[in-house]
Amino acid sequence: MADRELMYREALREALFEEMELNDEVFIIGEGIAERGGSYKVTEGLLAKFGALRVRDTPISEASMIGVGVGAAIAHARPVVEILYIDFAMLGMDQIVNQAAKFRLMTGGEGRVPFVLRTQGGTGGGVAAQHSQSLEALFYHIPGLRVVMPSTPHDAKGLLKYALRQPDPVMFLEHKHLYMTKGMVPEGELIIEFGKADIKREGTDVTLIAWSNMVPRTLEAAEQLAGEGISAEVLDPRTLVPLDKDAILASVAKTNRVVIVQEAVRRGGVASDIASIIQQEAFYDLDAPVEIVAGMNTPIPFNLELEKASVPQTSDIVAAAKSVLHADKAA
Amino acid sequence: MAADNTRSNTPPKELLEKLFTTAFRIRTFESGGIKLYRQGLVRGYFHPSLGQEGIASGACAAIEDRDYIGSTHRGHGHCIARGAEIDGMVAELLQKRTGYCKGYGGSMHIADITKNNLGANGIVGAGTPLGVGAALANQVRGSDAVTITFTTDGATNNGTFLESLNLAAIWNLNFILIIENNQYAVSTTLEEATRDTDLYKRGEAIGVESHQIDGNDPLLVYETVLDAVKKCRSGLGPVLIEAKTYRHSGHHVNDPGKYMPEERLKYYMDRDPVDRARDNLIKLGKMSAEEVAKLEEEIQQEFDAAVEKAKAAGEISVEEFQDFVSAY
Ligand SMILES: Cc1ncc(C[n+]2csc(CCOP(=O)(O)OP(=O)(O)O)c2C)c(N)n1
Ligand SMILES: [Mg+2]
Repeated sequence: MADRELMYREALREALFEEMELNDEVFIIGEGIAERGGSYKVTEGLLAKFGALRVRDTPISEASMIGVGVGAAIAHARPVVEILYIDFAMLGMDQIVNQAAKFRLMTGGEGRVPFVLRTQGGTGGGVAAQHSQSLEALFYHIPGLRVVMPSTPHDAKGLLKYALRQPDPVMFLEHKHLYMTKGMVPEGELIIEFGKADIKREGTDVTLIAWSNMVPRTLEAAEQLAGEGISAEVLDPRTLVPLDKDAILASVAKTNRVVIVQEAVRRGGVASDIASIIQQEAFYDLDAPVEIVAGMNTPIPFNLELEKASVPQTSDIVAAAKSVLHADKAA
Repeated sequence: MAADNTRSNTPPKELLEKLFTTAFRIRTFESGGIKLYRQGLVRGYFHPSLGQEGIASGACAAIEDRDYIGSTHRGHGHCIARGAEIDGMVAELLQKRTGYCKGYGGSMHIADITKNNLGANGIVGAGTPLGVGAALANQVRGSDAVTITFTTDGATNNGTFLESLNLAAIWNLNFILIIENNQYAVSTTLEEATRDTDLYKRGEAIGVESHQIDGNDPLLVYETVLDAVKKCRSGLGPVLIEAKTYRHSGHHVNDPGKYMPEERLKYYMDRDPVDRARDNLIKLGKMSAEEVAKLEEEIQQEFDAAVEKAKAAGEISVEEFQDFVSAY
């Protein structure tokens, strides 16, 4: 079927539309998602199409809304819970960590929790410390959860559709800066299985690993590097759990140099874990230490310049790539 | 509202027998489980529901196969009352592969999920949103199934109590929340934990039909829940039921419960739910004492046989475990 250009939020909406049409057990709850269509307009039109039984607003009860989604999933429905900001998901951590993630093991593998929590994180627009976090590492740390972070409209649609067909709890983490970005998306069926990385740009000199909003920024860096004769490969894991280790190791084997880029704070981050996997499983492929470009270990400040300083910028990625190539010393 | 304890017509014998056998089965499981624990055969936490059997028995007798239940850390009774086999229950205590959770869950997470049981829960208060979720799922799919969530006096001071009951209320869900008010959270008394100990009023405050009943009267629990089920199925849910009760012993097997005043304990011992179910069966159901004794013997044998089977059963190997969680 034909590709058309869609915004990230339109691609998400299309995935919800298609899956809700296919499966009556898919329903969505969240704050202001029905009549208003959600703060990021992802759910616009769903109420009119699917009715108030399957598209409903909730009061401000995050801890219980998340639990309600988990309970509905245990009872074999396919709930989607939209949480406005990932920061607010912290109110429901018990339900995510102690309930959703554990149920399958606690029931000896018999019980499943096909629960999708959609939320968004990241900096942008000066919304300050309690509305700007990148918290994927918290969920990455918890066995039993799937952690999905699409960077393009295409991936957003395919991954959300897959999320609504697989049996485990999914933290579907969108980025507030990506909702208005555009990209080509096929009409109709598009399924992207979890654990399949995507090479967003091929290259031979250095592998740049990035996800979510760091992907466009890293592609920008790769473009600049190309102007200086450096061929950078940009690898987007798309899902952090499961992680496509094979694709990462294959790219490292090709380029022998790696930079991992994450918006989240450096300490205890996913980048560090990926770096440790690479050093353990591909040590002899490496020609330089793995470099990490990450957020500063700080809450996000309001001031624009300080906000920028606290998360990776294109120039930081370019500099890191050059440093692993020792290209900085060439001149 | 405070419940009226009088009833006009005699309940059917089958119901009285069911209430008694369920309560006695729970009592046998808890007492036997404690012995196994003392013998060092059970690891971890074991929260007995001795003294509270009337609530699980009465409530589960009022629902159908399509309905759901959800439970607490003191969950053996709910699981049994919902129809779990004693074999799988005992085997789970003994961490065997034949246990309901194959030895992955244990006492605090025991569940027979094939019986629409959302599981026991090690996190106080966490079961309430799960139950509302099951009720929501059933509403979305157009089912009239009811979800009963058993919760505790302790959990009423957790935020999820208000949030979840409120969600059930604004959505008119087929949801029945039963507070097993045993008046303690470990050693903390209800009086220490809240200013107004009439917990059912919290439901009234948010527009939910709410009742306070004697949880040690299995028949009254049954009747109250049955009425709540009917209300739910006709679109008048949710319903909150505060069932007052008392533990026969401490919080868990290793808690002697010295803080429980003797007089209070005696008051409740004199109103023991198993004794009351037995009395009802004999007096209202006209079953002879010999027949009742025979029922008791059969239930004891069922438990003893389950112990033997569980002892003989194998455990999940480390290799199987690694294989199972490889995708985690
Ligand atoms: C969220 C949470 N806090 C504390 C505990 C530790 N804990 C286990 S049982 C219990 C007391 C619970 O009392 P109540 O909720 O009334 O239930 P009961 O034991 O009386 O059945 C506590 C504090 C827990 N399991 N979960
Ligand atoms: Mg209590």
